[in-house]
Amino acid sequence: MSLPRSPERPAGRGRLAVLFEQAIELLIRLCGISAIVFVFGIFFFVFREGAPYLAQLDLGAFLFSSDWYPSNDPAHYGAGALLLGTLSVTLLAMLMAVPFGLGAAVFVSEFSAPRTREVLKIVIELLAAVPSVVWGFIGMSVLGPLIKDVFQVPLGVNMFNAALLLALMSVPIIVSIGEDALKAVPDSYREAALALGATRWQTVFRMLFPAAKNGLLAAVLLGVGRAIGETMAVLMATGHSARIPTSLFDPVQTLTATIAAELGEARQGSEHYQVLFLIGVLLFTLTFAVNLTADLVVKGIRRK
Amino acid sequence: MNVSIRSKNLRGAVLGLVPVLLATGCGNSGGGPSGDSSADTIANIGSDTMLQLAMAWSEAFKLAEPGVNVEVNGGGSGVGIAGLINGSVDLANSSRAFEEKEAADLRAKQGKEPLGVTVGFDALSIYVHKDNPLQELTLEQLAGIYSRDGAIRTWSDLGVKAIPGAQGDEIIAISRQNNSGTHHYFKEAVVGKKGVLRPDCVNQNGSADVVNLVATTPNAIGYSGMGYRTDAVRILKVAKRAGEAAILPSIASTLDKSYPIARPMFVYTAGEPAAHIKKYIDWILSEPGQSLLAENGYVPLPKQ
Repeated sequence: MSLPRSPERPAGRGRLAVLFEQAIELLIRLCGISAIVFVFGIFFFVFREGAPYLAQLDLGAFLFSSDWYPSNDPAHYGAGALLLGTLSVTLLAMLMAVPFGLGAAVFVSEFSAPRTREVLKIVIELLAAVPSVVWGFIGMSVLGPLIKDVFQVPLGVNMFNAALLLALMSVPIIVSIGEDALKAVPDSYREAALALGATRWQTVFRMLFPAAKNGLLAAVLLGVGRAIGETMAVLMATGHSARIPTSLFDPVQTLTATIAAELGEARQGSEHYQVLFLIGVLLFTLTFAVNLTADLVVKGIRRK
Repeated sequence: MNVSIRSKNLRGAVLGLVPVLLATGCGNSGGGPSGDSSADTIANIGSDTMLQLAMAWSEAFKLAEPGVNVEVNGGGSGVGIAGLINGSVDLANSSRAFEEKEAADLRAKQGKEPLGVTVGFDALSIYVHKDNPLQELTLEQLAGIYSRDGAIRTWSDLGVKAIPGAQGDEIIAISRQNNSGTHHYFKEAVVGKKGVLRPDCVNQNGSADVVNLVATTPNAIGYSGMGYRTDAVRILKVAKRAGEAAILPSIASTLDKSYPIARPMFVYTAGEPAAHIKKYIDWILSEPGQSLLAENGYVPLPKQ
């Protein structure tokens, strides 16, 4: 791997200027490397805190048992229900967010007048700027009672509530990245579709989607990453109940919310503390896999 | 040459980074100030149950003694005790006694003994929605609702026919996150030391959260401090066993021990308290401090 080198000392440039140039180059290189160092540093730290428990970890029970009783004697650390909680909330959120997000991206990029587009983009970005604790608050105090009354269910804070919030939170990401992907499709394609007499529907589905599919997939996966990692809103809106959900309106508990709720009171270095860090490793692995997939998919676009 | 400089820098960055991560990661999440800033600031962190009370104390003490600043924060009994052990907390509020392993940690870290003072009592109250016609429960019925093997899962199991506004018959059992002091006490007092709470409890992260959720959920039952009562919820009478009189939690019924689920509240210091902390504790135990307990819905110490 060759790095761009500072040019040979040109005539008329002072020694100091060259040194300065090299210093700047070093600084920029450090900035670049720091991102890698931070990611591995964080992974290393999280893993190191959880590692002592690995020796006695029953992986099967950890991943598939739903007995989450960390403060009982003896304690049970079955994160299966939590993992399922995270996956089910995320899946449900994506079922809601993907059609809306991609639909909005298509509208913004293809059909809206320039003025509408600017307004829409600003508003959508504003949606991304709402802090997650505010979403959680909305889920608890507005959506909760509403869901309870509209769907005639006993408890308003549940999987559906949290999924709705997560959908709202990941739509802006899906829209802005999806729109970029659609914009990247050359106009000559659109002109060709028009020339062939394709309707708008046909243009979008037969031409635009296949042409931009990698970018759109990346948009969706980044939305998934956002939903998996979200903590505060799901802590407040899922109901936080470590059970295997049997309906859309059952309360669930996610991996992230478990860490947020319990780490504060877990004695440092205790088993519970270590297991919470292992949950962190599990989450890290999940989001890493999602982001890596997104990345490889985007790389796929460039190669074409 | 270039490569060797790079790897050296990388190593330096990693070595520099690790202590930073350790410092931020291991820090007490209660976020207490480290006690070295000013001699007259008391970092007072711990039990959520006692949070309202501790804030009332701190405000009143500020008027009585303007030179001493008491900084109050919640998070849970365990957070306060953990802070006391690692030295970031001067005075820990706890709604449970110091555990032996925690005392051992304190000895190991600071060479000091935990010093606890009972500052009052909290009557753990059982809350239902204001429209729920139920008036009283026995401890066995409570155990039936909350324990994993309990048989009481619907309101009709308790003889409650119809709750206005409820959806279906299901009892939604609201609990606290599994390492809060309140959860700890409730579990021991109701389902027993060896008992297991039902896994599908809906866990809330604060005393007020429990009451708020009960207030908006007619199907729910929950437990929280007596001081968190609002007009939207009702407190149930509790009987030790069937056939005995059911008692409402109150100051009198807590002090004469007829109310079965009441517990003492403590403040802990690491070793002998410093002069200004001692002054604060003495003030809490004096008449002005004790009068705030009843005002905020707690139970003051019996008058000598």
